[in-house]
Amino acid sequence: MSEDWDVVVAGAGIVGAACANECVSRGLRTAIVEAGEIGGGATAAGMGHIVVMDDSPAQLALTSYSQGLWRELASRLPASVEYESCGTLWVASDDEEMKEVHRKRALYATVGIASEVLDSRALSEAEPHLSPALAGALLVPSDGVLYPPCAAEFLVREAVRLGAKLYSQFKVISAGNGLVRLNDGTELRAPRIINALGSEASTLVPDLPIRKRKGHLVITDRYPGFVHHQLVELGYLKSAHSIATDSVAFNVQPRKTGQVLLGSSRQFGAEDSTVDYSMVAAMIDRARAFMPEIGTLSAIRIWTGFRAATPDKLPQIGPWQEDPTLFLAAGHEGLGITTSLGTAKVLVDYLMDGETGIPIDPYLPARFVRSEAHA
Amino acid sequence: MPDPSISLLVNGASVSVTPGTTVAAAILMSGPRARISVTGEPRAPLCGMGICFECRATINGFAHRRSCQVLCEPGMDVRTA
Repeated sequence: MSEDWDVVVAGAGIVGAACANECVSRGLRTAIVEAGEIGGGATAAGMGHIVVMDDSPAQLALTSYSQGLWRELASRLPASVEYESCGTLWVASDDEEMKEVHRKRALYATVGIASEVLDSRALSEAEPHLSPALAGALLVPSDGVLYPPCAAEFLVREAVRLGAKLYSQFKVISAGNGLVRLNDGTELRAPRIINALGSEASTLVPDLPIRKRKGHLVITDRYPGFVHHQLVELGYLKSAHSIATDSVAFNVQPRKTGQVLLGSSRQFGAEDSTVDYSMVAAMIDRARAFMPEIGTLSAIRIWTGFRAATPDKLPQIGPWQEDPTLFLAAGHEGLGITTSLGTAKVLVDYLMDGETGIPIDPYLPARFVRSEAHA
Repeated sequence: MPDPSISLLVNGASVSVTPGTTVAAAILMSGPRARISVTGEPRAPLCGMGICFECRATINGFAHRRSCQVLCEPGMDVRTA
């Protein structure tokens, strides 16, 4: 069987789901192919934060743009998505980190993200279970959390409602030169193919610089009111983004159920999904340093997942240089839920007319070719 | 022999038990149910060995303790709702 489409999207994680939804909303005849469950990979394993981050100017541009898109969409999200605009508190341990709080506030203001500096006392009032020894925090009220697999499901359902076709439980065998082959022999022809396969993207595009970065998460029983905001240590950038070594950072979220979701760990080279209890213990120790009483809560589940990491911690969005029909939307590492909507908008704007809401250049896959040529 | 019983509070009511009694047993001695689930259904201890989580109670202010795994102590404050 052979079918013709304007666009075929490979992968119905949050990024593929957002891309399919954006394509069909813009009038493109769209097919989306998913081998497993919708949002069943890294999407289901992740925390589900909608968070503005400033590891680089390009990351700040994409996360702030995307956060705004989520806020626009929020009123249309069904209850199952559990979207909550709880805000993020970037927690500072000492005076040095308080300088970072002020720097961050000023930087966020330049992209229109309002935030507020809390001193130690105001932080204790906002989050009574945090250690009173902490120096303060930056509150970003417009950040939020959601339940990612249901968000992906919603985006796919919307796309299908608008006319997209979902190939569920079909595996993409090959994709390129305007042709996508599925495992049952079906051929989907399209002048544009979007590879949104996350950490599996390189199975269709050899030499793609995307590596798996393992993470662990712990969720507790229901303790309503234990924590009110997403809490992230400011040292996150120092500890969690070190490329070379295994690391943990304090990151806690309140869920609508009253459960507390606790992260995070980062490991390269760990390809096996088994829970590594030494990493979990390190995560919990780190959390107890910030929130001593978290150790008294009862955890009900621990799991792992794999982020799709690129060398410069930015996603790959745009044409693949070796095939004019092939486009990438992959490599979102720990920010795929946040940046899915911005990724879809930027990519589809680029496909339609070349004019994008934010510059696409920092995310173009060709950047790695250029950097290799210079090396 | 001294009186071996110890007393504790279950939902504010005093209960006397012999040492070695689990909190789950004390809850059952005090009334017909352990807790109400999030969807409003009555729950009671099922497995008695810490696996099913149906016997959860707040013990001395700590929520979601598995009461079948905790022995009664004098003066304990146990709440099932």
